[in-house]
Amino acid sequence: MKPSFDILIVGIGGQGTVLASNVLGEACIIENRTVRSAETHGMAQRGGSVESHIRIDGKHGSLIVPGTADLLVAFDLLEALRYRHYLPAGGRLIVNRNLVVPTSVYQQALDVPDDESILAALAGLDVACIDAAALAREAGNILSQNIVMLGAASADIPLRPETLEEAVRRCVPKKTVEVNTAAFRLGREKGAGTTP
Amino acid sequence: MAIRYLLGNEGIAHACLEANIDFASGYPGTPSSEVIDVLRVQKERPFTVEWSTNEKVALENALGAAWCGQRALCTMKHVGLNVAADPLMTSAYTGVTGGFVVLSADDPFAHSSQNEQDTRRYAHFARLPCLDPASVQEAHDMIRDAFALSEEFGLPVIFRPTTRICHSKGDVDTGAVGTEHQTAVFHRDPKQYVVIPAHTRVLHKNLNGKQQALKKRLVELGYNRHTVRGSTAVVASGVAAAYVQEVIGGDVSLAIVGAYPIDEEWLREFVDRHERVLVVEELDPVVEEAVRQVATRTEVFGKMDSTVPYEGEFNPAIVAAALEKAGMTPTTTFPAAAPVQGVPPRPPILCAGCMHRPTFYAMKKVFRDGIFPSDIGCYTLGLQLGAVDTTICMGASITVGSGIARSGEERPVVCTIGDSTFLHTGIPGLLNAVYNGADMVVVILDNRITAMTGHQPNPNTGVTATGAESTPISLDAICRACGVSWVETVDPYDLPVLLETFRRAKERRGVRVIISKQPCVITARKSGVRRKAYAVDPERCTGCGVCRSFGCPAIAFTGENATITELCAGCGVCADICPSGAIGMEGRR
Ligand code: SF4
Ligand code: SF4
Repeated sequence: MKPSFDILIVGIGGQGTVLASNVLGEACIIENRTVRSAETHGMAQRGGSVESHIRIDGKHGSLIVPGTADLLVAFDLLEALRYRHYLPAGGRLIVNRNLVVPTSVYQQALDVPDDESILAALAGLDVACIDAAALAREAGNILSQNIVMLGAASADIPLRPETLEEAVRRCVPKKTVEVNTAAFRLGREKGAGTTP
Repeated sequence: MAIRYLLGNEGIAHACLEANIDFASGYPGTPSSEVIDVLRVQKERPFTVEWSTNEKVALENALGAAWCGQRALCTMKHVGLNVAADPLMTSAYTGVTGGFVVLSADDPFAHSSQNEQDTRRYAHFARLPCLDPASVQEAHDMIRDAFALSEEFGLPVIFRPTTRICHSKGDVDTGAVGTEHQTAVFHRDPKQYVVIPAHTRVLHKNLNGKQQALKKRLVELGYNRHTVRGSTAVVASGVAAAYVQEVIGGDVSLAIVGAYPIDEEWLREFVDRHERVLVVEELDPVVEEAVRQVATRTEVFGKMDSTVPYEGEFNPAIVAAALEKAGMTPTTTFPAAAPVQGVPPRPPILCAGCMHRPTFYAMKKVFRDGIFPSDIGCYTLGLQLGAVDTTICMGASITVGSGIARSGEERPVVCTIGDSTFLHTGIPGLLNAVYNGADMVVVILDNRITAMTGHQPNPNTGVTATGAESTPISLDAICRACGVSWVETVDPYDLPVLLETFRRAKERRGVRVIISKQPCVITARKSGVRRKAYAVDPERCTGCGVCRSFGCPAIAFTGENATITELCAGCGVCADICPSGAIGMEGRR
């Protein structure tokens, strides 16, 4: 048995991966569990690809080794593909059905990736594909997609949903508590069962 | 006392509060910046805190406070210590009365840096104690106690966290914020503080005399510690020790080096007990050199025999592989997991609406054959736009540029430098270029803030670190005072005027300065600026792709047509670039 449950959250700088990882960390504190995490700061946050490592019950370093993550949560399809090697074969992926085409594609005239071909390349994993934008809108704010994703992933995370909800309330700005709580619940209810 | 989920740098800042810090200064640099950023926004602030103009300035300011008996902290990234090295080296001689901690954050793998230098070398060079935490909790605990250690030996203490300490989070046990502060009193003592030769020779001897006791103390304090478990052993330091603990077998001994200088007797005694010793540390083989020096019959593995990599950062898989090479079985082996090939890269990119982009665009358009030395900041990303030919260290755009210009190279030199970098170390270079008759254009990218490290204010911003208003300096006046007679300030969102300004600069000789001025879009948005988004008229768009080459991330381009996404910040520059007049403010077309 691995001593820690290792989650990798990936996305694009500005999508709120750090907030999502903060919620998980705070939930560990509430449940009196140890936790280690690592984040991207600095230059990469300018629209670049970013990753947050969270190790629930972690006691040592904060980095997850490729091939050993227990769960991959991706805020963008292309980022799911970029980091899929962090999961073992058949590993669990929760991905937002959202694709921001990197400017590099236009500038270097690369093939524009599309949802279907990316999802095909992700076959072999245990994938749940979430329409986080729609659920976030339903919750009241498109910006709550990161919390929707967390809700959708929560069934696979060894933390109690009540704890996670409490952690959401503690971590998000006061004015957005209601929207984000709704986002978490919608993600949890409608997310987990979804298949591509 | 209270377990909290904290970023390494937050834990460090909190420990400073627990240790009754009186004075904090620094220059922003990833991964160190959040320490001062946390201290400066404390509601209760019974201490002085400032963002200084550069690291040397920061260190000397904090040293002044420490000479007045206060507890002082100075923060920077590793390469910042190069700038501050001058006062650092001699502050070891003069010593301090109040506790003085110099935080210099290393960046293995150069996530956000120009090199992978190792601060521990500076500590050795200056003969100063250096603390090297292995975890976020240890970073907190070490800093809390570092001030007392500094006072005990009368020496500045170097604190060296790495990226994976500063920017890792964990459950941290924090203590109560202290309430005892020192009133600053300077006691005149020229023999201590005036380093003329007669004084400094004595001071040097005193510094050397402290070393033995210091080494012993670092073992006593538990920073350097070991457990003997078998005939083979690992010696690890810093965050690498955490990775070792994750994979080391139960029959392998472990020594953790968390502080320097290392007590050779302690180390020899440990090494001697083992047949084989593997040294695991990121960056330079500092511990390894010490181990090899004391080893008599023990076989030593490390970087020098290629068991462990010299460069980059480690993780448990790298450590497990090293253990295997050294003949020690790790508890886990890791699968070889290669990334999927051919995924389009997503490097960081200048924001939509960033003022640097039109400035680079105009510069390149007017100076097609120009040489473009640049500097350190978000604008280094101008590399993707072909607008950055050199970057070496802070302030070097102007100096490398004037060197190229005066070397006889015939193409025009146009260098770019941010406002904060200009104030950091750009000014002496400008003065030098003017006085020595260089022929070049200096473009100051004035976005009113130190953006890349997280938007810290600088003397150009108009507020200090604590948010207090202060009169912003005038870049124009500084340039003129340096002897530049042609200084033009221009709004980069006004592309026709910007282009015209570059053209006018091209017609002249000598040092010409263009100040391209517009707040960073991120700070502008935070302060409530909202600009209408732009849109492409599909009827008029001919699909020529000119806007694509501009490189704004809000412009998507798929085969026939350009479209503008919700990332648009409304700077309006692409509307001026489109040759078909197809781009306009949303709703206006
Ligand atoms: S943060 Fe500011 S300066 Fe940096 S890329 Fe974005 S807009 Fe430009
Ligand atoms: S107006 Fe054009 S250049 Fe400016 S942010 Fe919008 S899309 Fe980018």
